[in-house]
Amino acid sequence: MTISLLYALVGVVLLGIGLYSLIIYSHLVKKILALNVAGSGVFLFLVATANQTSGPVPDPVPHAMVLTGIVVAVSATALALALACRIHQVTGTARLTENEPE
Amino acid sequence: MTRKHGDSLDSRTGRVMAAISVLALTSVLGWTVWTLPPFSDRMQRLVASNMAISGVENPVTAVLLNFRGYDTLLEIGVLLLAALGVFSAVPSPVILSKSTPSPILILLLRLLLPFIVLAGGYILWIGKYAPGGAFQAGAILAAGGILLSTAAVPFNRFATKTMSIAMGIGLLTFIVVALATMMVRGNFLQYPVAQAGTLILVIEAAATISIAIILTILFIGGNPEESPTAKDEGDKAFIIERDNTTK
Repeated sequence: MTISLLYALVGVVLLGIGLYSLIIYSHLVKKILALNVAGSGVFLFLVATANQTSGPVPDPVPHAMVLTGIVVAVSATALALALACRIHQVTGTARLTENEPE
Repeated sequence: MTRKHGDSLDSRTGRVMAAISVLALTSVLGWTVWTLPPFSDRMQRLVASNMAISGVENPVTAVLLNFRGYDTLLEIGVLLLAALGVFSAVPSPVILSKSTPSPILILLLRLLLPFIVLAGGYILWIGKYAPGGAFQAGAILAAGGILLSTAAVPFNRFATKTMSIAMGIGLLTFIVVALATMMVRGNFLQYPVAQAGTLILVIEAAATISIAIILTILFIGGNPEESPTAKDEGDKAFIIERDNTTK
């Protein structure tokens, strides 16, 4: 087992932790954090597999994908936080509630 | 099943179901990762054999701005969309402090901002040969913008107007270059080999400015409102920061 494989597996575990928290928690900020943890897992997996080449130089294509992904994740997080603020402002709570009476 | 305003899913069955399905998914993914072939460097060889026509020497920059330019074009579009979304979701930006900025913070910013701008410009330039480029440089410059806004440095009318215009300059430059190359070479974003390096630098410089401003705006939660008490130091600092990045 190589170090890259270990990192890739840790990435998969992070994705699992993120997905579980995303389902379990009803607070919107926790959901956003969970999505970020899951996303970090995907980035870690991509960077780790990029290192699994025969030469000393890692594969540049996954690196470019992760760079793009980080920027998109940051902007999506900012938008999600802004929407969460708005939801808190309108409904008075930052949680997702189920079947609220009218 | 009633749900209180608890922190998490109250129902035990719900939690167990979630845990089981996530565990199953994670195991399948883990198994797939475990059984992946050890080496797969076909993409890497493809990139390496085309480096000569990319116009840059750093393979990551070549992939980002040349071989997969579409991704980066759309990514800058996503950034702009997120900023517009924040504009429409948040009625007014967070006012961090109404008090006048502390003279210590102003002094610190005076010392730090030139280095931040220098580092941003260097990272942008070095992206041609080594790790670096528009996104890293934009993030460094955005750190400067965030420092300015957390230190409660007021923005004047010129700064806020320039910020809202400069938000779109990266995407605009990218699209103009893409259309121009389409007219010359017939394909969207297919750079002429001789000019590829210059075109990439032009796009990256414009993108750096947009990224820096959009990230700052995303942090503040909207365009900073023009402050009636705007003083000279804050405005100058911000204008200098932007002017230097365009060179």
